[in-house]
Amino acid sequence: MIRSKMLLVSGIALLLVLGGCSKKTEDEGTETKEATSSAPATPIDMSTVGDVSGKITLNGTAPTLKPINMSAEPYCSKAHPTPVTPQDVVVGSGGALQNVVVYVKDGLGDRTFDVPKDSVQLQQKGCMYEPHVVALMAGQTLQVVNADQTTHNIHPIPKDNREWNKSQPPGASPIEDTFARAEVSIPVKCNVHPWMKSYIAVFKQPYFVVTGADGSFDLKNLPPGTYTIEAWQEKYGTVDQQVTVGAKELKTVNLTFNAAASGD
Amino acid sequence: MGMNRALNRFAVLTTGCTFLLLIAGALVTGNDAADSVPDWPLAYHRIIPPLTGGIRFEFAHRAVAGVVATLTLVLAVWIARRERRRWVRNVGWTALGLVVAQALLGALRVLKGDPAVTATSHATLAQLFFVSLICLTVFTGEWWQSHQPVLRDAGSPSLRALALTTSVIIVIQTILGAGYRHGAFGIWPHLVGAGAVTAAVIVVARNARVRFGEVKSLRRSVIFVHAFFGLQIVLGGAAWWAVQAQQRAPQPLPLLVGITVAHVLGAALLLSASVVLTLRCYRLIPARREATEFSGRAKHSTEAAV
Repeated sequence: MIRSKMLLVSGIALLLVLGGCSKKTEDEGTETKEATSSAPATPIDMSTVGDVSGKITLNGTAPTLKPINMSAEPYCSKAHPTPVTPQDVVVGSGGALQNVVVYVKDGLGDRTFDVPKDSVQLQQKGCMYEPHVVALMAGQTLQVVNADQTTHNIHPIPKDNREWNKSQPPGASPIEDTFARAEVSIPVKCNVHPWMKSYIAVFKQPYFVVTGADGSFDLKNLPPGTYTIEAWQEKYGTVDQQVTVGAKELKTVNLTFNAAASGD
Repeated sequence: MGMNRALNRFAVLTTGCTFLLLIAGALVTGNDAADSVPDWPLAYHRIIPPLTGGIRFEFAHRAVAGVVATLTLVLAVWIARRERRRWVRNVGWTALGLVVAQALLGALRVLKGDPAVTATSHATLAQLFFVSLICLTVFTGEWWQSHQPVLRDAGSPSLRALALTTSVIIVIQTILGAGYRHGAFGIWPHLVGAGAVTAAVIVVARNARVRFGEVKSLRRSVIFVHAFFGLQIVLGGAAWWAVQAQQRAPQPLPLLVGITVAHVLGAALLLSASVVLTLRCYRLIPARREATEFSGRAKHSTEAAV
């Protein structure tokens, strides 16, 4: 009697595990198929291309962010003798906004593009992500490096791509992965060190850039046409502007986020 | 009925360890550490992972879960061997089945993510498993197995039904709470649930007092339901404040983690108190049909004697 009851419990357990595993395999299969079915790139006449450049700024006062407390992890604490603040909003002189993804949202039509062979690197250094925001093309390799002498886990939480979560002990070889679908932007977390947050923006086209400390951007080699240029910031969302680029034309687009938009 | 004191004490021990497991599980969520160990059943391909950062919470949760699963297995087998009441044996097996299912849900949470579904289910089942052990503790205890007076409930609906309904509403509320905590629902369903629990607790407590105010065991149960309900309302408000205050924090803050963990434990205590009240009602008050049959038989035997 006891044996039969225990067998029943074990049987239900086994069925649940098998059910869970089979679904995971299906998901992975679909993802691989989408990533590999890319069409040949549409040729672009390089003699007519133009540029769109500009600056991203913040209008208003940036929120005061509380410093990160790394005392739970001695290695991380030692890496930062002075307190570190989160990189949610990094504002430079004149309101220049760093870590903003600027990209062509609309106007490229059905053009297709080659996926770059070189990888984009996301580094874990001093228990922080460097850079805080990375952008790459769908199918392009993301290389995650652990430069720390402590264990991290890398956990992108996408809406349209496959979620994954991998551990990376100190000295482990880089983790390489790709994202099959365009998505702006995928939050990345380290659950071992809950203050570690980063974002990955994925595009189907190569016209994107992440702003540096001066908030400037330059989208080069755009074919003549009318485009919607959009900027995404993790706390303030998106702003956009339409621009028409003629042959060999250099256009300027300045976009401004409103500090009140975050609700802080 | 002979009571096995050692078995009852073991049931109490298992229930106590499960309460610790609830704490460990709530700490994992509170510290945002659920995904800090990406593999299962091993952790970082080892039995003991590097105990750093969020891994400490996740590994402690798994370790305590292993202890509780073992204790539950021993308890179920012990009950199966020593217990004469078949239905108690079945409750023992149910508890074992729940802890196995709970371990598998935990594995799914780790391996598949999707916390809105897997973590909400895991958190809900945790409460149900805890309740199953509370039931075993009551069933194997002295009070349940000793002679108790039969109470007649003339009220409608019966106190049994009211107590059972209250327990079911609290279970639904724990699902809504877990769903809010893990992103499956917004706050509104949980607030509506709090209103429903408030109404249910008031109704059941009032009826218990009016109908059976002199019955010590029911009076005590109602006091516990009241106490944990009041505590839970305060903790719920504090948890809401904690969630709002933490929105701009770069990481989970210890005080706020403490409040949300306490709110989860408060739910377990309130549900347990309500279930104990329900069980006591079922033990003391026969169902209407049973009561009618009983009085009918008594009448017949009196007539025959006359």
